[in-house]
This record gives sequence, C-alpha cells and structure tokens, in this order.
Amino acid sequence: MKIVISVLGRDRVGIIAMVATVLAENGVNILNLDQTILDGFFNMIMTADMAEAKISLKELQEILKSKGEAIGLEIRAQHADIFQVMHRV
Amino acid sequence: MIELQDILETNRMIKEQNLDVRTITMGISLRDCAHPDLTVFCQNIYEKITHKAEHLVRVGEDIEAEYGVPIINKRISVTPIAIAAEACHTDSYVAVAEALDRAAKTVGVNFIGGFSALVQKGFTKGDLVLLASISEALSVTDRVCSSVNLASTSSGINMDCVARMGEIIKQTAHLTRDRDAIGCAKLVVFANAVEDNPFMAGAFHGVGEAEACISVGVSGPGVVMRAIEQVRGADLGVVAETIKKTAFKITRVGQLVAQEASRRLNVPFGIVDLSLAPTPAIGDSVAAILEEMGLESTGAPGTTAALALLNDAVKKGGLMASSHVGGLSGAFIPVSEDAGMIAAVERGALTLEKLEAMTCVCSVGLDMIAVPGDTSAATISAIIADEAAIGVINNKTTAVRIIPVPGKTVGDSVVFGGLLGHAPVMAVNRFAPDVFIARGGRIPAPIRSLTN
Repeated sequence: MKIVISVLGRDRVGIIAMVATVLAENGVNILNLDQTILDGFFNMIMTADMAEAKISLKELQEILKSKGEAIGLEIRAQHADIFQVMHRV
Repeated sequence: MIELQDILETNRMIKEQNLDVRTITMGISLRDCAHPDLTVFCQNIYEKITHKAEHLVRVGEDIEAEYGVPIINKRISVTPIAIAAEACHTDSYVAVAEALDRAAKTVGVNFIGGFSALVQKGFTKGDLVLLASISEALSVTDRVCSSVNLASTSSGINMDCVARMGEIIKQTAHLTRDRDAIGCAKLVVFANAVEDNPFMAGAFHGVGEAEACISVGVSGPGVVMRAIEQVRGADLGVVAETIKKTAFKITRVGQLVAQEASRRLNVPFGIVDLSLAPTPAIGDSVAAILEEMGLESTGAPGTTAALALLNDAVKKGGLMASSHVGGLSGAFIPVSEDAGMIAAVERGALTLEKLEAMTCVCSVGLDMIAVPGDTSAATISAIIADEAAIGVINNKTTAVRIIPVPGKTVGDSVVFGGLLGHAPVMAVNRFAPDVFIARGGRIPAPIRSLTN
C-alpha cells in the first residue's frame, strides 16, 4: 500500500529527519519527497510504501501525529489512492 | 506520481472546505423475513440487519481514518416495511419500527430508513397498516425514518393518500410536540421516489435491488463555493465548467469510498449519489453558492436559474467520475440544514412559493420546512399535491418534508440540533384548498407517461 505523508507547520531543523526516522524504524520505505515553503509555512509531501511495514497505517498515523504535535507540526498519513483518484483520470 | 499541489488541494478541500462523504448506506432486503407472527417477523428483521450490518460502522471509520476523508453518517435502508411486514397478522407496525430502532442502535448507525409504503396507484392491506402506524412509530423511536411514495409519472397522483398524509404529518407533529415536532423531520412524502437513495429520511431498499448493497452519498457545497470564488466576474459558462470539474473531483472520492466499503464488507456496490448536501456548518451551504454566483440573497429573482445551472453542472461533472450513478443526484435545498437558506428566510428573501419553484430544477423538493402549527391538514396535503404534480409532470423526484410546529408561528424558530439544524417558521398561503383535497381519487398519469 502506498501512502502520502503530509507535514505542515513552522519550519525548523530536523523535520525531515524526524519523519524519516519514524518511517525507517517501522519498515516504511520512502519513495519520493517534495518540500516547499508556502506562505512562511513548511510543506512537505512524502510518498512511501508500506509493503514491508511492521505496523498498520492507523498505528503509523498515531505515532506521526503525536511526534508532530510535540513540535507544533501537523502530520497526516493517508492512503495515496484518494489523491490518485481525485487528480488522475 | 502525485504532485504537491494536488495533495495540498485535496487536503484543503477536506480541512477548510468541508469536503466529506455524507453517508455510506447499506441497503438490506427484508423480503425473506416475512412471517405471519409479528414477534417472529420482528426477530427475523432484527437478526438480519444486525448480522448484515455488523461491521458497517467500523469499516466506515477505518476508511475515514486511512484515507483522511470524513465519512459523516453510516446508515441502513431496508425493504419498505409495508411490503416486508405484509404477511403479519396485525393492525399495527409500531413494533416493527421499534425492532428497526433497536437494530440501528445495536450496529451503531444514526438512521435506518424504510418504514415506508409505495402507494402511487393504491393501497394494499399492508400499506394501510403502515400509514396508520407512522405517527406513533416516529414518536416512540429515535432513528427510524419513514417515507411514502404517493405519486409517479407512470401512475399519476394518489390523492386519497395525499389527503391522508396531511393528517399523518399533523398527528406526527402532535405526538412529538414536546420535541418541536421532530417526528416530521423523519418523514418524507415522495413523487417518483428512487429505489437506491442513500440519503435520509427518504432512503429505502427498493424491491428491484439486490439482497444487499452499498451506496454512497457525496457532498461538498463548500468545495464548489470556493472553486467559483476563483472565477468571480467570469461568465456563467465558465462557472458551469468550474462546477463540473469540482463535482468530478468530489465524486471520485465518493466512488473510491464506495468501492472500498463494498470490498471490505463483501457487499456489492450499488450507486454513488451525486448530491450536493449542505450542513448547518458555515461555508457548507448551497445558498452560499447561489449567492457567490451573484445574487444578493437566495430567493431573489434569478435564484431558480442559478440553481438550475448548479444542479446540471454537478450531474455532468459527477457522471464520469462514478461507474454507477443513482439516487437523487442533484443539489439539496433543505432550509433548516443550510445556514444560507436560513438567513435568506430570516431576511425575508426566500418564501415557500420561491422554494417550490426551485424544486422544479433541483434534486428533491420542499425539504425541512417549518410552518405554523395551526397550518391545516388540508393545506399540508395541498402543498404535497403541488410538489407531487411538479415531480409527475417533469418526470423527476420531488419530496415534501414539512414540519407544522405546534404552538409556533411565523417569526418563531425551531431547533432540531445536529445535521437537522434549526429552522425559522415560514409563512403559508392562508387560502383554503379543503374542498379540492376532500375530493380524493387519483389524478391520472400525464401524457408524457405514455412513452412506449
């Protein structure tokens, strides 16, 4: 299953490292990464593959959410299909 | 490869513009539950519903979490009870409504629809028992919804039923008078009812449907409004194009959720209903879309044209996004559930007559309209007859969900809470239709029914 992780919040050192560490620890493979600063906010979109993951998407969502909240970031992990169907015919 | 902008757009639609899937509705046939003994029948339907829909709510919540799109309601529709319960030796189906209510509570759905009768051409024994049970059933249950189809393009209008429904609505209001006549919010009268509507209160599982199916109702007035904000000043052709593109995106999400729910529940996918259903939340309003098109207020001259454009563009955009489109599919204009509609009524811009005109070009009809408690049964019947006539002649679904609120009059307000919202009591024409309604009989099917 492919997922999209989106991170939104104030820019700071180590955001990508933090997210990547969580993914690595749980066997989630990063496929692609896109990052930009929009209106002063840090926006990062990561596509990842959960084929070898040691945890479920729900568990990953929980971990990312709490890690993100601790440093003022909003982190969402969603099944990639929702973006695929909406924007690709 | 999904682009950053696409992902941000989708998440903005969900977070800021109230994009959601309004309902996952599981239709369940109760045709095999028939039994002469009412108690056994009630047990049969309770067991079937709770078995079939056991995982519905959990699956809905899982999909919501995994895809990050809110799924507001999980609901059940069943075979019209007038048909399913017809073999029972009884003169009341109130116990059946109670069994449906218990089943809904056990599986955790917020509404169960199908306490219904299809009487467009006449009454069977079961239909009469059902009609006689509606008022009490809605007053003693919390989650049961009732609907009656009393007209169709191919059969005409059953005016005997029209007359009965005025009285049933008044009686339902009376029995739930301590709760602002909430019973009437769970009762819809239809012309040309569809068999696969996933939206309440009018959902039932039609007799031509499969054993069970999953249908999904999408929503997203807020998303449409935000999209047309971006084309301010452009001509209406551009507005229609913009709505179509947005409706396509919204519907694709509905289709995805429907397929996923169908797969996980191992129940066939039925349809996606392309309706634009407002909620009382700010920014989630169909009226606001009409006003964004350039009307000072919904109800102003031009409202019907704006709504026609919106309704048509939603369908055209959604059609290609789903493999099976059905249900009501169009813009809903429930007064109490739409903050913009409420405001339009309160500022005196929107009247019952204008709403009636609007129902000629949108998906349903006079929906969630509070009227004075002293409105007569005959007047309510006549309002139903007018709406049914619009549906029958124009070969479309129309409906009436009207609430004569005991003890309240024009200027008062009624609060239903939650998705049902609140409604200002609207003025009704005071001239009497009593003699017309008392004639009864059937209004014949129109010439356009003869298409063979």
